Amino acid sequence: SSHEHKTNFKKSKEACLSYIQDAMLQKQWKRAAEFLTYYVESLEKDFSRERLNPSEIIWRIGSEILCHHSASSMKEFNSFIEQMKTLAVKRYLKVCLEHAFHLLCNGLIDEAYQNLSLAESWRFGEQTLLQDKEMKLIQAYRGLLDYCSWSKQKNILLHSQDGFDNLPVEQEMHSYFRKAALSLKEIIRIPGVWDPFVKCYVDLLEFYGDHNEARQVLNEYAYNSKFPANPNAHVYLYQFLKRHGESKKSLISVLKILHDIVPSHELMIDFNTMLQKSKKRKNQRLALEVIFAALDYAGWKENVKAWSCLARQIKQIVISEKHLDWIKQEWDTRKDWWPAFHFSRYLAKRNWQENESLSYEKALVAGILLGKDCKYFKYLSHQGCKAQLKKFRILKKFVNKHNPAYLRISG
Amino acid sequence: QSWPVYEEVFNKMLELAAFLELPRFPDITDSCFLHPDMLCMKYLMEANLPDELHNWTCRVVKKIGIGEADFLTLMPGNKSTRKVKYDVLAAAVIVVVLKLLFLLDDRYEWFLSDFAEERNKNNKEGGPYFEFKKWYKVIKCSLDEKQKKLDEERAKYLWRCEKPLFYSAKKKSKVLKRRQMVVTLQNQFGKLSDSVRPAEKPNPSSFQLSWSEENTDGNCFHGHSLRGILQEKCGLLTPMNPDYWLCTVKLCTEKMCGHLAHYREVEFPESYHFVLRLFSFLLRIQPSYIHDEVCVIEHKLFNKKLCKKPKYNTVLRK
Repeated sequence: SSHEHKTNFKKSKEACLSYIQDAMLQKQWKRAAEFLTYYVESLEKDFSRERLNPSEIIWRIGSEILCHHSASSMKEFNSFIEQMKTLAVKRYLKVCLEHAFHLLCNGLIDEAYQNLSLAESWRFGEQTLLQDKEMKLIQAYRGLLDYCSWSKQKNILLHSQDGFDNLPVEQEMHSYFRKAALSLKEIIRIPGVWDPFVKCYVDLLEFYGDHNEARQVLNEYAYNSKFPANPNAHVYLYQFLKRHGESKKSLISVLKILHDIVPSHELMIDFNTMLQKSKKRKNQRLALEVIFAALDYAGWKENVKAWSCLARQIKQIVISEKHLDWIKQEWDTRKDWWPAFHFSRYLAKRNWQENESLSYEKALVAGILLGKDCKYFKYLSHQGCKAQLKKFRILKKFVNKHNPAYLRISG
Repeated sequence: QSWPVYEEVFNKMLELAAFLELPRFPDITDSCFLHPDMLCMKYLMEANLPDELHNWTCRVVKKIGIGEADFLTLMPGNKSTRKVKYDVLAAAVIVVVLKLLFLLDDRYEWFLSDFAEERNKNNKEGGPYFEFKKWYKVIKCSLDEKQKKLDEERAKYLWRCEKPLFYSAKKKSKVLKRRQMVVTLQNQFGKLSDSVRPAEKPNPSSFQLSWSEENTDGNCFHGHSLRGILQEKCGLLTPMNPDYWLCTVKLCTEKMCGHLAHYREVEFPESYHFVLRLFSFLLRIQPSYIHDEVCVIEHKLFNKKLCKKPKYNTVLRK
C-alpha cells in the first residue's frame, strides 16, 4: 500500500505538472505560477532515481515563468536563480551559465561578467571534474566578455584626441586582450561549433599582427575533420584570406568547398564572378556549375544578380559557339523541372509586373534553354517590345539568331 | 500519502466493527436516511432526474427485497451476510431503473427522446414530458465542468505535513533547508498567481449538484413527467421499452477475483458509461463498484428468467 501511496502522490504531481505545461504553452503565466506553487513541495520527496527530477523541472519552469511574467523583475529572477544554485550541486555550473545568458540577454553585461567570474572560481571536489565542460564554457564566455571590454577600450583609443598616448587605457586594453585570448584559445581547441569565439579571437590576433596564428586557427576550424562540418568556418577563412590579399587560387579552393557543402550560399555569386574572370577552362566550367546549382534553390528565384550571372555566361558560350555541351550537361538534369519552377506562364506575368530587370535576364536564359517558342520567352519579349524597350528588341533578335544553339542543347 | 480507496476504508470499518464486537446496529427502516428509498430520492434529485422515477425505484427495491431491515442492517462479525454499501446500492437501483425505462443501448433512449419531444409539442396541460436528450445535454455540461474543477483541485492538492519528518540528525539540516526553500518558492510564485481566491466556505450541504425549479433556464427536470415514454396497458402505465440487457450473464465469486463483475473488460454502450460516470462522480468512487452492484441487482430481478438459461444471453424480454 505504500507503493500505491507513492503513485497517488506522483500522479497528483504529474497532473499538476501537466497543468503547468498547458498554461505555459498558452502563455497564461499567472496560472502557471499558481500551479507551480502547488508543485514545489515535490522538492521534499526523494526522486533520485528519476531521470528528470523536480529540482531541475522547477529550475527550468520557474525561469520561464519569471522571464515572461509581467509582474516579475530582474531582482526576482536573480533571487530565484540564487536559490536554484543551492539546490543541486550537480547542476551548479549549468545554472550559473544559463543565468549569465539571461543577464546578457537583458543587457546586464557587468552582472553577467561578475557571475561568470564567480562561477569560474568555484571548486567542489570531484564535481569540478565532472562539470568540466560547463567550466570551459564559462571561461569561454568570460573570455568573450573580456574581448568586448578590449574592443571598447580600443575604440576609446581610436577615437580619442591623444591617439595611442593614453597609457592607462592602453594598458587596460592589453590586459583584457591577454585574458580574452587565453580563454578563447582554450575553447576553440575542443571540437565544436564556436563561431563567435573564433571570430573574436581572430580579430584579436589580426589587431596585434599575428596573422600566422590567425590563419592556422581558421584552417584548423575549417579543415580539421574532428570538428563538425560548419559552412561558416569556410566563410571566415575566405574572408580572412581576401582581407590579406591571398591569391585567387587559394580563395577559389576555399569557396569550392563551401559550394560543395552549401550550394545555395550567398557567396556563390562572388564565387561565380571570380571564376568567370579566370582564364582557366576548368574554372569557367565550375562557374557554370556553381550558378546553376545556386538557382536550384527557391531562395534565389528572384535574385537579379544570380540570373544576370547565368545569363552572361550563357550568352558568352552561345556567341563563342564553344562548350555548348557544358550547358547541355547542366540542363539535362534540370530540363524536366526548371520550366515549371522558373519559367511558368504565371511567373512570366509576375516577373514582368514586379521586376523588369529580373524578367530580362530570365528571358534570355529561357530563350536559349527552352527556345524562342517557349511561353516564358514569348510572353516577355512580346511585353518588352510592346513597351518599346530597346533591350528586349535586341534580346528577341539575339534569341532568334541563336535558335540553333537551343536545338543543340535540347537535342 | 494517497487518497483512501473506498474499498479499503469500507473493509477496515467492518473489521473494526467486528473487532470491537459491536452488536447489531439499529434497524434500518424506510424512514431512515440510509434506506434505499430515501437515498434514491436524494440521488434522483441530485442527478436532476424526474421525481416520478422514485415510484419505479421503490418498486424495484420492493421486488428484490432490499428494503428489508434484516437485509440492510449491519451485523458486525456476521460473515455470511453480504455487507451493504448504502449509497452504491441506491445509485445502482437508479441505474437499473434507467435501463428498464430507457434501455440505454445507445439507440433506443434517443429514439424515445425524439418521440417524447414530438408528444411534448402537443402537450398543453401539466408539466413537460421528460426528454432524455435534454437531460443528457444539461448533465453532461455540468458534469464536465465539475469534473474539470475536481481534477484541478486534485492537481493542486498539497500533501506535506506541517512538520517535516526526518529520520536522522544528519538529514535534519538538509530537510529543514528544503522546507525553507519550498516555503520561499511558494511565496514567490504565489505572489505571481492570479489574485487569491477568498477562502471558500465549505458547503454544508452534501449535494454537489443542485437544481432549482425556480431557475428560468429550464434546466431542472424534477417536475418533468415520464408520461412521454410510458404507455397505457390494461389501465396501467408501463414502459414502452420492452427489452433489457444484462450487464453480465454470470456473476463472479468474490473469492476468486475480489469482484463480482468486470467493468473494464467488456464494451458497454456509451449511455451506460455516462450514467455510471455521473454516479461515480457524485459518490466519489470508481464506476466499477456501481457496476458490480448493478449486476447483483439485475440478477436478483431477473432471477427466474436466468434460471431458465436462455439461448441468447444478452437481451431479455421483460
